[in-house]
This record gives sequence, C-alpha cells and structure tokens, in this order.
Amino acid sequence: MSTVVGEMDHHDHHHAPTGISRWLFTTNHKDIGSLYLWFSFIMFLVGGSMAMVIRAELFQPGLQLVDPHFFNQMTTVHGLIMVFGAVMPAFTGLANWMIPMMIGAPDMALPRMNNWSFWILPFAFAILLASLFMEGGGPAFGWTFYAPLSTTYSGDSTALFVFSVHIMGISSIMGAINVIVTIMNMRAPGMTYMKMPLFVWTWFITAFLLIAVMPVLAGAVTMVLTDKYFGTSFFDAAGGGDPVMFQHIFWFFGHPEVYIMILPSFGIISAIIPAFSRKKLFGYASMVYATAAIAGLSFLVWAHHMFTTGMPVAAELFFMYCTMLISVPTGVKVFNWVATMWRGSMTFEVPMLFALAFVILFTIGGFSGLMLAITPIDFQYHDTYFVVAHFHYVLVSGAIFSIMAAAYYWLPKWTGHMYDTTLARWHFWTSLISVNVLFFPMHFAGLAGMPRRIPDYAVQFADINQIVSIGGFAFGLSQLIFLWVVIKCVRTGEKAPAKPWEGAEGLEWTVPSPAPYHTFETPPKVD
Amino acid sequence: MAEKHEKYYVPASSPWPIVGAIGLGLIAFGAGHTVIESSKEIDGWGAEVLLAGLAVIVVMLFGWFRDQINESMAGLYSAQLSASYRQGMSWFIFSEVMFFAAFFGALFYARFIAVEWLGGASNNAMTNEILWPGFEAMWPLTETPGGIESGSMGWFGLPLYNTIILIVSSVTCHFAHVSLEKNKRTPLKLWLGATIILGCIFLYLQGWEYVHAYNELGLTLDSGIYGNTFYMLTGFHGMHVTLGTLMLIVMFFRVLKGHFTPDNHFAFQATSWYWHFVDVVWVCLFIFVYIL
Amino acid sequence: MLFLFLLPSLFLRLALRCIRGQPRRKNERRRRVRTRLITALAAGLPLAASAQSQLNLTQGVTEVSNRVYDLHMTIFYICCVIGAIVFGAMFYSMWRHRKSKGYKPASFHENVKVEIAWTVIPFLILVGMAIPATSTLLAMEDTSEADVTVLVTGSQWKWHYKYLDRDVEYFSLLATPRQQIENRLDKGENYLLEVDRPLVIPTDTKVRFLITSDDVIHSWWVPDFAVKKDANPGFINEAWTKVDEPGIYRGQCAELCGKDHGFMPVVVIAKEPAEYQAWLDEQERMQREAKAEEQRLLAMSMSMDELMELGERVYLGNCAACHQPNGQGIPGVFPSLVGTEMMLNDINGHIDIVVNGKNGTAMQSFKNMLSLREIAAVVTYERNAWGNNTGDMVQAADVNAYVNE
Ligand code: HEA
Ligand code: HEA
Ligand code: CUA
Ligand SMILES: [Cu+2]
Repeated sequence: MSTVVGEMDHHDHHHAPTGISRWLFTTNHKDIGSLYLWFSFIMFLVGGSMAMVIRAELFQPGLQLVDPHFFNQMTTVHGLIMVFGAVMPAFTGLANWMIPMMIGAPDMALPRMNNWSFWILPFAFAILLASLFMEGGGPAFGWTFYAPLSTTYSGDSTALFVFSVHIMGISSIMGAINVIVTIMNMRAPGMTYMKMPLFVWTWFITAFLLIAVMPVLAGAVTMVLTDKYFGTSFFDAAGGGDPVMFQHIFWFFGHPEVYIMILPSFGIISAIIPAFSRKKLFGYASMVYATAAIAGLSFLVWAHHMFTTGMPVAAELFFMYCTMLISVPTGVKVFNWVATMWRGSMTFEVPMLFALAFVILFTIGGFSGLMLAITPIDFQYHDTYFVVAHFHYVLVSGAIFSIMAAAYYWLPKWTGHMYDTTLARWHFWTSLISVNVLFFPMHFAGLAGMPRRIPDYAVQFADINQIVSIGGFAFGLSQLIFLWVVIKCVRTGEKAPAKPWEGAEGLEWTVPSPAPYHTFETPPKVD
Repeated sequence: MAEKHEKYYVPASSPWPIVGAIGLGLIAFGAGHTVIESSKEIDGWGAEVLLAGLAVIVVMLFGWFRDQINESMAGLYSAQLSASYRQGMSWFIFSEVMFFAAFFGALFYARFIAVEWLGGASNNAMTNEILWPGFEAMWPLTETPGGIESGSMGWFGLPLYNTIILIVSSVTCHFAHVSLEKNKRTPLKLWLGATIILGCIFLYLQGWEYVHAYNELGLTLDSGIYGNTFYMLTGFHGMHVTLGTLMLIVMFFRVLKGHFTPDNHFAFQATSWYWHFVDVVWVCLFIFVYIL
Repeated sequence: MLFLFLLPSLFLRLALRCIRGQPRRKNERRRRVRTRLITALAAGLPLAASAQSQLNLTQGVTEVSNRVYDLHMTIFYICCVIGAIVFGAMFYSMWRHRKSKGYKPASFHENVKVEIAWTVIPFLILVGMAIPATSTLLAMEDTSEADVTVLVTGSQWKWHYKYLDRDVEYFSLLATPRQQIENRLDKGENYLLEVDRPLVIPTDTKVRFLITSDDVIHSWWVPDFAVKKDANPGFINEAWTKVDEPGIYRGQCAELCGKDHGFMPVVVIAKEPAEYQAWLDEQERMQREAKAEEQRLLAMSMSMDELMELGERVYLGNCAACHQPNGQGIPGVFPSLVGTEMMLNDINGHIDIVVNGKNGTAMQSFKNMLSLREIAAVVTYERNAWGNNTGDMVQAADVNAYVNE
C-alpha cells in the first residue's frame, strides 16, 4: 500500500488523514509528537494523583488513609510514571514535533519506527498500572528497585514490572535512534552541526545517552528477573554476588538518566531566553561543549547515589570529585543564559516567565545537588527529604517547567491559535508559588532528619509536612489550569501568525501556523 | 515524477507499527504471567498470551519487511534513506553492545570485587571473618560462600573450536558481501550458505556444551555467580546467534529470489554487520569468560 | 535574591508559630558557642536561623558530626553567595534591560575571556570545597583502633545488637504502641523514635559498628553521630563514633526495606564508661541466667490457656506485621495462616519454619529472637486461633529439638 502512496501527487499530502486510523497508523512526525505529548500529560496526571495520595497520607503523622505497603507502591509507581511516563515522553514528543522543523527535514528519518516507539508506551504503562490491582499489589520497592527487596522479597507483580520496563526501554531506544539518525542525516543543506539550534544539539546528545544506558537498565531488570525467578545470585552474597552490584548497574543507567531528563530542558531554555531578550544566545559554542561535557561526566559519577553503601574510601573520593566537576559545565550554561539576558531587550511572555523560573529554581536544585555530592555530608542527607527536595527542584521546577515553557512557546505553532494569556499567567504564578511551598520546606524536613519513603513520621516533622502537602495540592490544582489553557487553545483562540514572538529565531517560524501537515518536503536553504 | 529520487521517502501510513506494539505488549504481559505462573506452579494463560504475542510479531515482521522490500524494489529509496537505515542499524548495534556491557560489567564486578570482598579483601576483612569464615576468594568460583559447588569451564576443546568456527563464519560472511558487491551471484550463495551452516554448527555445539556443563560439571544457572555470568553471557550471545542465523537464512532466500544489487542491499549489509557484531561479542566472551 | 531564600523561611516560621502556638521543645544537644555566633549573625539566612527550631542539619555530639555540620554550613554559604551573584545579575538585568523601558538590545554574543573566567573560577571554588571534604571523609572512614565493637544487624523490621567481646546480644524493636500509629491514642513525645531495648555505648570511647543485614538492605543512621551506613546482607560495613556527652540519641532506618521501613528506629544511649561497664556486666549475667532458666523450664509444660495468652502476645509483637493480626496475611505478599495445610496438618513443618525460617523469603529464623517457650506458645496460638482449632499443643521441649538440630 505504501508503494501506491509514495507515487501520489504532492497535493494530497497536505490533508491529514482523518479518524482513528490517522492516529494508529500515522507516520507523521507531528501526529506522533502530539500523541507523545498527550500521553505524557495523561501520565503526569496519573503520577501526580499518586503524589497526591502520598501528600494526603503525609498530611498528618499517624497512618490514616493508606497502609504502608500501598504507600510504598504509590511512591514507587509515582517515581516510575513521572520519569518514564511523563518527562521522557514529553521530551520525545517535543523532539518529534520540533527537530524536523528546526533542521528543515520533511519528517523523522524512520517514520514507521517512530510510530512503533510511541505505541509501545500505552501498553507498557497499562501493564505497569494494572499490576497495582494484582493480588499483593504492584511494585513497592522504590523506582530504584534495589535488590534484594526487588528480588527475593518482592511481590508477585515483579515479573510484570520487569517486562514492562523492558518494552519501555525498547521504545526509548528506538525513539533515540530515530532522533540521532534524523539529526545526522536529514539536515537541510547548509545546516551544519554548529548552526543547529541548541534544542537539536541537546537532544542529539540526550539520544546518545539514551542508547548508551537504556540497554544497561534492561540488563539490570533482567538480572532482577533471573535472581527472583530463575535461581541466579547476581545480587546474593551466598552465591558470590553482591546486592550493591545491583546499585552500580542501576545507577550507571540512573545517573545519565537524570541528565536525559534535563539536557533537552537546557535546549528549550536556550531557545526561549534569546527570543524574549531579543538578543542572540551568548556563547553558543560553549553551550554545545558544556552539554557534551555534562553527558561525558555523567558516566563517571553514578556512585554518588551510593556513598553510604560502604565503598572503599578511594572510590568515594573519585565519585565525589567527578560529581562536583559537573557544576562547572552546568554553571557555564547558567552564566550564558544570564549573559544572554544582560543588556537584552526583555519582555515577559509566559514562556519567558517559565524559562526564568527554570533558571533560578533549577540552579537552587543544582546547589543542593552539589551539597549532596560532598560525600561526608551526603552521609547525613542521604535518603532524607533533602534528596527529595533536590530532585524535585531539578525535575519539577526544572524539567517540568521547561516542558511548560516549551508548550507555551510552541503552542501557537502547533495549534495555529494564541492561547489565553491571562489564564496562562495564572497558571504560571500559582505554579511558581505553590511549587516552592511544596518543595522548599522539604529541605528542612530532610535536614532535620526525616527519612524518605516513609508513610508516617515523628511528630517534630508534622508542621513542615502539613505545609508541604498544602503546597502539593495547590500545585496539583494549578496544573488543571494548564489543561484548560491547552484545550481552549486547541479549539479556539485568536489566529496565530507564522512567527508570534518578535525575537524568535529558527526555521520552525518560517512555516505558517498551524504548521502544515507536511513541512519542508523540499529542503529550505540555510544561509 | 522526475525529482522522486531527490525526495526523502516518507510512507503515508502503516499498520505495522501498531501491530508491533500490540505484539510487544502481549509478549510483555504474557511473559510476565508465564514467569509468575511457573514460579507459583499454577495454571494460567501466560504462555498462550506470550505465544500469541510472538505470532503477532512474526506477522508484523513479514508485513513490514514485505512493504519495505516492495518499496525498495519500486525504486522509492534514495541514497539518503539508505544512509538512515545504515545509521539506524549501527546505533541499534551500539545499543546491543551496551546490553552486553551490563553483563560483562556484572562479570567483572563479581570477579574482581564481590568475590574478593567476600574473601576479605579491601575494607571487608570482617565480612569474611564473621559472615563467611573459611570462604576463599577464587575464580572460577567453584565453591560459593553459601557452599554450592560446581565445576568450571575450560577454554580448550569445544570453546576453542567454536571460536574458530565463528571467526571463520565472519570471514565467509564478509566474502559473501564482497561477492554481492561484485555481483557474483554463485559465490555469494556459496559463501552465504557456508556462513549459515557454520552458525548452525556453532549453535549445535553450544547446546552440546550446555548439556555437558549441566550433566557432568554440575555447572548450572543456579550454581552461583560463576555459572550465572557464564550462562547469561553465553545464553544471550546464543540467542543473538540464533537471531543472526535466522536473518542470514532470510537473506539466503532473498538472494535466491534475486533481490539485492551491488549498490542496493541494505538488508544484507545490516545482517552482515549484525553477524560481525555477534562474532566480536563471542571473542570477548571467549577471552573473558573462558580463558581468563 | 536573598528573598528567595528568605521568603519561604519566613513563611515557614510564621506558619510554625501559628500552628504550634509555643516555642519548640528545647533540645538537649550541646551547641558550641561559635555556631551560636554564626547563627545570630546570619539570622537572615533561613537554614542557620532555623537551627534553633531544628530545621537545620543536626549538629550532633561528636567531633566528626561537628566537622560535618561545619562543612555543610560552609558549602551552604558558598552556594548562597554564588546564588546571590547569579540571581542578582539576573534580576538586575530583568529590571534594567526590559523592552517596556525602551531598552535596545546589545549585539554581543561571545567573549572568550569572560567564558574562561567563569569556567575557571567555579573550578577553583570546587577545589576549595574538596579539600575539607576530603579530610573529613578520611577521618570518618578510619575505623581502626576501636575499643568496643558492636555487631549491628538489620532485619525486617528491627535491629539486632551484639557486643563482640562480651556475651551480650539482643533485638531492638519499635516501642510505639500500635494505637498511637493508628491515631487511637495521642502520640507521645518520641513517637516512632522509641525502642524497647536501646543500644548502649560508652562515652569517650571509640566504638566501632559492624553493620550487616539478615534480609534486605537497611541503613543504620544516628544523625547525632553523623553515622549512616547501609546494612547489606552478606557483607559487613564498618563505621565508628566517639561520643562526648552522655545522652539518648535517636535515629531511623534510612534505606527502603519494605512495608515497615518507617517503623524501625534506632535509639542509642551513651553512658559514662563506668556506668556502661556495670550495665554490660548486668546484661551478661541476666542473659546467662535466662538461658539457664530456659533449659530448666524445658521439663515443665504450660497449660493451653497459658500458651494461648503468651502466644497471642508474641504473635502480635512479632508476626502480625506480616501475617496480619487476623492471620490472613496479605495475598501475594505474605501468606495466610488460616486453614492452610501446614496449620492444620503439619506440626513439624510449622515448628521448623518458625525456628529456622524459610530461605529466600521474608520468613526469618526466630530461634535467636524468641525464647523456646515463646516459640512454643506462638505455634500453639497459630494452630488454634482464627478458627484453626486443631487443639494441638506445643511445649518448649518440642521446640528445643528443632533448635539443636
Ligand atoms: C533532572 C534531574 C537531575 C539533575 C539535573 C541533577 C543534578 C545534580 N545532582 Fe541530582 N538527583 C536527581 C536528579 C537530578 N540531579 C534524582 C532524581 C536524584 C535521586 C534519585 C533517587 O535516589 O531516587 C538525585 C540525587 C542526587 C544525589 C544522591 C543523593 C543521595 O541519595 O544521597 C547526588 C549526590 O551527589 C546528586 C547530585 C547532583 C549534582 C551535583 C547535580 C549537578 O548536575 C547540578 C549542577 C548545577 C549547579 C551546581 C547549579 C548551577 C551552577 C552554577 C551557578 C555554577 C557555580 C556553582 C558552583 C561552583 C557551586 N543528585
Ligand atoms: C519528573 C518527575 C517527578 C515529578 C514531576 C514529580 C512530581 C511530584 N512529586 Fe515526586 N518523585 C519523583 C519524581 C517526580 N515527582 C521521583 C523519581 C520520586 C522518588 C520515588 C522513590 O522514592 O522511589 C518522587 C518521590 C516523591 C515523594 C517522596 C515519597 C516518599 O519518599 O515516600 C513525594 C512526597 O511528597 C513526591 C511528591 C510529588 C508531588 C507533590 C509532585 C507534584 O509536582 C505533582 C503535581 C501534579 C499533579 C497533582 C497532577 C495534576 C492534578 C490532578 C490530577 C488533579 C487532582 C489534584 C488534586 C486532588 C489536588 N514525590
Ligand atoms: Cu530497615 Cu528501612
Ligand atoms: Cu546522580
């Protein structure tokens, strides 16, 4: 059938196919991008609802709503859904929509595989979520599934968890291959590597990280599976293995994984800040090198999650030094953004607001990361709410905020409509305030000694937790405003021009809004 | 359409990806339930779902590749598209390398760290003294701290033959490729056939070795970390050889049908890369699992 | 930019005051004068200011914990300064260089010198941080020349302490009553931070902890000592402390270890060396006598009522966390004890599994945890409670056979 289609005349391409089969069979990068984005938003709501269960239980000391076993499932699945279901697919969705348009390509390099990557996800997450309803419940060993809690001592659903992670991994790897190949092979004539927008660059490097570490995660879950069900003893000292070996393998994946969740953000912010500062990005080349440096270093720092596991002191020192070093390239990025704003001509549209909040809040998260990197003090911080505060600052007010910024930046291009800016501003300000009420006090709870992953706590943490929970509910509700803005924008709204932002640069703004179903079928010329 | 070849071919739509996704979903679900059911010794339909998933994948592969072959034969593919395929395949192989890296990592960690520490090395003197008194670090680990004993695998004999077989098969595969590029069809068929036969012999011998290890050496999947890493590495390698051999067989039939030209044979090239990759993995295995 | 740090902390303190209506309980910890000064000086900075209200890192009672605390404050302040500069520049720019003020954009977008500077300067700052960090770490990891050694073993969900040079060992379990956790009673002051038998260590003595686990990974943490070490099954990690002040120090398990991870606190009492010695001698004597008593009691049998009463107590204290008070377990996680083959017909298997545990599952061996009488009682209880009604009675002597196997 495709043979026939291939022969079809140019004009027929301009109309998107309709009906459900459009979405099921599509090979169009924009359709697939939309699918990814909607999917990730739904997962964000699901994962967020689990966070609400967590916050409700922690509202007061004592056990009131859920039992500890279920609480652990909520924590675990919240982490898994947010990481693999919300943030990663959102970035892949953005990559799908924007990368071909940014480099002047007609589509992704491997369009059919692209669709396959997406459609695996609903199945993977359906299996994961369904396991919550099994006898004995779903995974309850933390998103890090340390052995032997996840092997010998885990519930029946572990096998389902393992296989669903396997297929999520397959999806990510295929998605990443597609991105890399598209970037290497599909750039319009004249679009040299050093002319690519930073979003493309950061995704290029992210995709490399993904291909390098997702298979390692697959290896880790495979060993968990065989240890639990087939009598191997990778993580069992009696057979000559070591439970800490699991952590090494997991974090060899896990640390690059957290940068997978932030590098594309850096790309987004590097697009938005220059646009609303009306000034070229400061230090383009150093941004590229810094991204590469972060990615490179990310393979050398994994054991900073494992300082308390009793590694020899030489290893602790090595991992501490390498981890601290990451602050340098990350700092370069932050400084470049500030220098871009410096003596620009700034306006504060919603994408810019989110981008500015990102810079500040991400940096705060980075600072707490640096504090965690110092081994002797990490002994005190480790596995407390200080860590929880750290990673939510970089993930929620980092990754999620950048995704929001991206959505507000490109929504006019996607839908052809301007969104309701008043509502969007409401979304921003309520989010900004509540996210800090939510996560800032967690630092205090952690420092004062509250461990993470507990359903109940000592009375001296009661006040802090109450405030945090209130912030949590407020932040959750604020996200419903976002849903409202998006739906409204898809259906109605003022007609958006091809380039709604005065200072924006890039090929995506040269096509009309909404972007036609097919763009750049003949490659544009890049000076 | 004069400029057809200038344009990048984007298929309008395709049912195969979603079929593939359903297949993978069934496989994951079915495999999970199969494992659970067998571990609890209860009846269920896990295995049926798993098989259904595999069947769906097979159908998907046939359909998808049929479409692609037709497109390719219809001349829709440009050099740029083949470049995409080639690059995609290389990155896929890279991901496979990283998958094996996880298990090699486990092997090195177990051998140089875990077992040594259980034997009291580094900062673990007390580990040995209190928890595993009398345990001595050794590799191959023929007696685990928990007291399971097993034999170990030498490198001479079968493993060595297998190494030679695989290396030779890599060479024959390369000759086949060269023949194809020179459009010499008969040598192509012969070299390709030889490669397939060598692959099958390898698999047969590997199976034979497993039987020997299980029955005579007492080296099993659950006999401790030495057996674990041995079987996981060689097992996953064996699965890859099986897949590679199947791919070679498909290529053989396509060659018989007259597919491929000296400058349009991506599928063949991908298969041969895959075969070389499998070969390189084996050489690493031979060195790190068998010899050292 | 300070407001970014200040605002939440102000908010927090206000909120705290509103909610509690009274100043916080004085803590018994020693505070060094120097820190007081810093705290007073830096009252604007929330973490320092909040030291008094227990919102900052625990300063602790050992030399090491104080060094850790100082390092924490140092790095925190450095981050504040960097933050102030970066956010300051940013806000200044947002204020001055805005379009609404008619500001025209400049066109520079590169400056190698500046870029080198802000690569090198942070690097140097990091080197400055790494030096004290390294020396502190080296001090913390030096477990040599300890005078007392305690073997600390975590298991789901309790700690076991064993004094290696003496004949003393015991389990330490959460002491908070179930009713408090379930909100049926008011929560006490040390809610979830209290145990039945704390670890006792001498002051002014280097105490070495050998930390391991029986099942999953736990982590033994006492903030006041700045000691947190994972308890890995099959391996032994070492840590040490030297406490200056007698007192009660509380901590918690700090690694997710399953359902009751939140309910396995650590309590350590530091006593003057002489007092400690006396306590240890007393313990040794008591444990020896208890063992002798147990052997003596082997010959005696208990009545069904006695067995059931003791059994119920033991069951609720040790078994109900998994198998649930009603014996039904949690399907798919912890097996039910009601009406199963083993409960009704396999008395030997039943005693065996309680005494020796079942390998590869969460069912651990109770032979070191419970006395023979207690095991006999709990097995009897399980065989007769919840409608199991087998009428079987098990006596200490029956259990003894399995222990000495
Ligand atoms: C997007 C995700 C993301 C990002 C970007 C980061 C960034 C960093 N993280 Fe974080 N981290 C997580 C996600 C992330 N982390 C998660 C999810 C966990 C917990 C996992 C779990 O256990 O469940 C975690 C846990 C974690 C730990 C383990 C804590 C513990 O469990 O004990 C550590 C320890 O070193 C750490 C360190 C760092 C560091 C040093 C950075 C650095 O990259 C930060 C660098 C940035 C800056 C420093 C700010 C900007 C720089 C300047 C303005 C320049 C000048 C600055 C100086 C010279 C100081 N992280
Ligand atoms: C990108 C990743 C990401 C994101 C976005 C979030 C978002 C949030 N996270 Fe989470 N979190 C993690 C990644 C993430 N988290 C990880 C990796 C862990 C570690 C897990 C582990 O320990 O294994 C963790 C753990 C974690 C904990 C610690 C649990 C524990 O240790 O026991 C807590 C506790 O407060 C928490 C809270 C929240 C909250 C309140 C949000 C909020 O931002 C969520 C806001 C969104 C919504 C609420 C959804 C939208 C609204 C609705 C659907 C309407 C209904 C709303 C109401 C009823 C108010 N998270
Ligand atoms: Cu033991 Cu957590
Ligand atoms: Cu990390």
